[in-house]
Amino acid sequence: MSTYAQKKGVGAVIWDYLTTVDHKKIAILYLIAGGFFFILGGLEAMVIRIQLAIPDNNFVSAGFYNEVLTMHGTTMIFLAAMPLLFAFMNAIVPLQIGARDVAFPFLNSLGFWLFFFGGVFLNLSWFLGGAPDAGWTSYASLSLASEGHGIDFYALGLQISGAGTLIAGINFLVTIINMRAPGMTYMRMPLFTWTTFVASALILFAFPALTVGLFFMMFDRLFGSNFFDHTMGGNTVIWEHLFWIFGHPEVYILVLPAFGIFSDIISTFSRKRLFGYSSMVFATVLIGFLGFMVWAHHMFTTGLGPIANAIFAVATMAIAVPTGIKIFNWLFTMWGGSIKFTTPMMYAVAFVPSFVAGGVTGVMLAVAAADYQYHDTYFVVAHFHYVIIGGVVLSLLAGTHYYWPKMFGTMLDEFLGKITFWLFLIGFHLTFFIQHFLGLMGMPRRIFTFLPNQGLEIGNLVSTIGAFFMAVAVIVLLWNIVITSVKNVKVGNDPWGDGRTLEWAISSPPPFYNFKQLPLVRGLDAYWIEKMEGKKEMTPAEPLGDIHMPNSSFIPFMISLGLFIAAFGAMYRVDYAWGLPVLVVGMAITLLSMLVRSIKDDHGFHIHKEDLIDDKDKGGKA
Amino acid sequence: MHAEEKMTNETWPASPEKATLEAKNKFLGFWFFLGGETVLFASLFATYLALKDKVPTGDHYLAKDLFEMPLVFLMTMLLLTSSLTSVYAMYHMKNFAFKKMQLWLGITVLLGLTFLGLEIYEFNHYVHEYNHTFTSSAFGSAFYTLVGFHGAHVAFGLLWIISLMIRNAKRGLSLYNAPKFYVASLYWHFIDVVWVFIFTVVYLMGMVG
Ligand code: HEM
Ligand SMILES: [Cu+2]
Repeated sequence: MSTYAQKKGVGAVIWDYLTTVDHKKIAILYLIAGGFFFILGGLEAMVIRIQLAIPDNNFVSAGFYNEVLTMHGTTMIFLAAMPLLFAFMNAIVPLQIGARDVAFPFLNSLGFWLFFFGGVFLNLSWFLGGAPDAGWTSYASLSLASEGHGIDFYALGLQISGAGTLIAGINFLVTIINMRAPGMTYMRMPLFTWTTFVASALILFAFPALTVGLFFMMFDRLFGSNFFDHTMGGNTVIWEHLFWIFGHPEVYILVLPAFGIFSDIISTFSRKRLFGYSSMVFATVLIGFLGFMVWAHHMFTTGLGPIANAIFAVATMAIAVPTGIKIFNWLFTMWGGSIKFTTPMMYAVAFVPSFVAGGVTGVMLAVAAADYQYHDTYFVVAHFHYVIIGGVVLSLLAGTHYYWPKMFGTMLDEFLGKITFWLFLIGFHLTFFIQHFLGLMGMPRRIFTFLPNQGLEIGNLVSTIGAFFMAVAVIVLLWNIVITSVKNVKVGNDPWGDGRTLEWAISSPPPFYNFKQLPLVRGLDAYWIEKMEGKKEMTPAEPLGDIHMPNSSFIPFMISLGLFIAAFGAMYRVDYAWGLPVLVVGMAITLLSMLVRSIKDDHGFHIHKEDLIDDKDKGGKA
Repeated sequence: MHAEEKMTNETWPASPEKATLEAKNKFLGFWFFLGGETVLFASLFATYLALKDKVPTGDHYLAKDLFEMPLVFLMTMLLLTSSLTSVYAMYHMKNFAFKKMQLWLGITVLLGLTFLGLEIYEFNHYVHEYNHTFTSSAFGSAFYTLVGFHGAHVAFGLLWIISLMIRNAKRGLSLYNAPKFYVASLYWHFIDVVWVFIFTVVYLMGMVG
């Protein structure tokens, strides 16, 4: 038993998580916080669907409906989907590249706490006078007219959590470039690592546009500026541009890591090398690049003119090409493989056609002239749910089952897993397939009710029934998590038996330093290569030596808390005298915490190699 | 090489800013950060160009009425020179000449402070002489946001360099603090480059109408 594995009290555990800089623990924090927001967003979705179950319903009022709708979208994109992906990136990517840690453990923790406080701030709007109500896109002409502080909660909350996202992106970029184990060349990196890399680059170049847009919105609403006020010379279309210059790359920030998770799962359970590895990498990079060229396809009806619309339409359709390459590569990986239908694999198999359906409607929407008909109808709602649920959410559910043993050392129940899968898949198609037709029949999106006798009743009722299927699926998943944790049956390094990449070569969960000796990587699917040669573990690339590890720190929490406080000050400054001092105090907490970080030396600590040798029972040998 | 080792003139590496893994990470991460900052300023510039001279009524002053060459030229020269002095500072850092580095950083800070003082004077001038304020028009909002964001970067950069100088005044250079000085100077160069664009896009293009 090593000194590092003592049993701790509850207080010590909480303190440990508040100060941790270990990417595996930060992953768990992201999973819990992201999971919480996912459930919250899901409840909001249920409210929407109950309201729309029957015509002329008055389950909620029109105003409240707008708030629920806005918070559903905002929460799902910023506070659920992205953080849940970060959970898996944090848990798995450093292991996949054979690293002991990420490049910036301190910033990694800061990124989490900024996201967390931003999300909490945004959701406190429910209790403090009303949530934002101008849609997740918060178009300026609407949002400037919105009363109360809802939109301010949106602008400030997303500003704080966006800063966290940016930091996380930089951290992954540098980690993947600088921390790869010996032999782990770029073209040997697993696809999840590659897609994390490209998604992080997108974060880096997309989020600052949102930052600027949010600043303008905050200045206009709280500090009297006139960016979007046309009576003062402003222009509301600037917000639309900035939002979508961020917004379209954002959808690829979400879906690329999902592609990565599925690529790994499909090759693992087809027990075959990924078909067309290099073209997969190429397609990922190309999608990332093109993702910046197409933002105005969200603005076809804004009136940019036929030339701009034509250019953006063609650029948009071009993205379907690399996406198609990927689809075929997944199919060819399965072709001739000896497929094992585990829960993650079932999600992967279901993902391919579901996502293709979303891609097809995407190309339909990209036809600018036709989009004048589709725009702002349920057809668009169906499109983006097919790509986001059919792509991102299915990957998150697949990843939860697939990586659970690596993160927690226990295996989720396969039977319950399959029940979740079927309920969710059926519910998903039931809810959203029919919305294509509702949209084509003219049902507008973002409207709190619809009229009887327009042929919309059955479609909406079916859609609501589907939503309940998905809700039950999530409850089964939660139940599965509870009983798995109670049973607490520990598993070995490679619980699926078919692991190909480095994360499966070390114990589950890995020791906090991940690899006792850094592994030597001899090709794509490094662990699989060793297994094929009859070895049980990786060949070490270095002799046993001392390991350098970073110190825990409470400063990230304090920096984020300061901004959280300052945001209240900035917002209430317009109503109350105490706003300004609160703003100043909050900023002071943040800046002083940063100063402390800057002037207090932090050299980390060393684990001595003698301690590592006794550490046999914890595995962790490369 | 370890960050804590006591260094001498002989053991000091050629690129102290990239000698340890932590330093390499910091170096690369900071370049990425500047990439993000570039998008941030690009968005601000684009907005400025869209809102330049966009005022509610005819009695507002426009760019061509506001800007005066001598002042902004002086500010430009100050900031350009400060970039050069920070290069000298890094040159001495690479040669393990701590005192000289501090001296040149000190000069850099003074130049930066003067720049900031002039900028405050400039803004004050526009507000009081021309009634050109943050809230008077979309043009005003865009102008003060773009130039003000740059000014805030200058202020933050100054605070950063000053804290580094004070913190390390007694203990000299090490592989732990060399990368910190280095990225602070990178930041300073970046601010300077942004100013060159502001000088061109806001002031020069503003004066020709
Ligand atoms: C073949 C690829 C794709 C094409 C051609 C495409 C095209 C489009 C177009 C033209 C629109 C605007 C429709 C309108 O508002 O009238 C749209 C909306 C949307 N797309 Fe896609 N898309 C594609 C893939 C994706 C992916 C992969 C995601 C997310 C993972 C996504 C998420 C969204 C979202 C969220 C919206 C709605 C935004 C809003 O107005 O709230 N799309 N898509
Ligand atoms: Cu798009």
